[in-house]
Amino acid sequence: MADNLSQSFDKSAMTEEERRHIKKEIRKQIVVFALMIFLTLMSFMAVATDVVPRSFAIPFIFILAVIQFALQLFFFMHMKDKDHGWANAFMISGIFITVPTIAALMLLLGVNKI
Amino acid sequence: MAGAVDTSKGLPSHPERATLEGKNKFLGFWFFLGGETILFATFFGTFLGLRGGTADGPTSADLVALDLVFIMTMLLLTSSLTSVLAMFAMKKNNFKAMMIWMWITVVLGLAFLGFEIYEFHHYVVDYQFGFSTSAFASAFYSLVGLHGAHVAFGLSWIIVLLIRYRKSGITLTNAPKFYVAGLYWHFIDVVWVFIFTVVYLMGVGG
Repeated sequence: MADNLSQSFDKSAMTEEERRHIKKEIRKQIVVFALMIFLTLMSFMAVATDVVPRSFAIPFIFILAVIQFALQLFFFMHMKDKDHGWANAFMISGIFITVPTIAALMLLLGVNKI
Repeated sequence: MAGAVDTSKGLPSHPERATLEGKNKFLGFWFFLGGETILFATFFGTFLGLRGGTADGPTSADLVALDLVFIMTMLLLTSSLTSVLAMFAMKKNNFKAMMIWMWITVVLGLAFLGFEIYEFHHYVVDYQFGFSTSAFASAFYSLVGLHGAHVAFGLSWIIVLLIRYRKSGITLTNAPKFYVAGLYWHFIDVVWVFIFTVVYLMGVGG
């Protein structure tokens, strides 16, 4: 049975419904991509011009980055799909540890500035 | 193991997770990505803590050219889309389209890497901004360089896969390999989103 591991296929076993679903999915991904480009443009604009008030520019670009982060993970990396329970568990625990790590390093290094 | 996969009708609709090995690769790789997230968090935290320590050297406002960073961002974002499209081609058993989209991804990634090398060279030569100039410099080169090393590694990985499997068609052996390499590539893109926000835009804007 090991043979079919390195055998290529002349057709796909996808059903009509799966095909329709994948078509819809591709369209969705392209919309998400356009959205990501838009978010990137906004954050560059916020810094390069004075459209967004100076004091709000930093939180603003952070919010945009977090939205883009979520779009990448959920759509491009498929974390929104139903069969990604463990993927979500691993990634979310990673992100969960990230926050105190960054905060602690910022405080430690930032306070003891030479 | 593979005997349990029904291949009589053609390529299974999820070829990357049809075999037990594919499932394990998928799971293990997400575990690895969770760890990578924390690795990058330590570098980001260090950068944020040290970014004020310029020791009278150049600050990021002196260095950064936003147009260059913008081009690099666009290259990497687009390469993320092309690798998504490659994975959809894989699911549809369209080997040729998958290879073409993957090669486009590689070309975009190489262009990105070229810009990054140019950028570092420019900083070192024109601004005397070396690794040991200041705490900020060390943190900057460590964080952005670590990301650059990931890009270089990801590119070599994908190129090796593309050459090794250039004629094989989509099989149950190589589908998980391509899928996992695609995930790695997206992760690089996700990290870049935070690098351009934290390192470049924050450096210029405040």
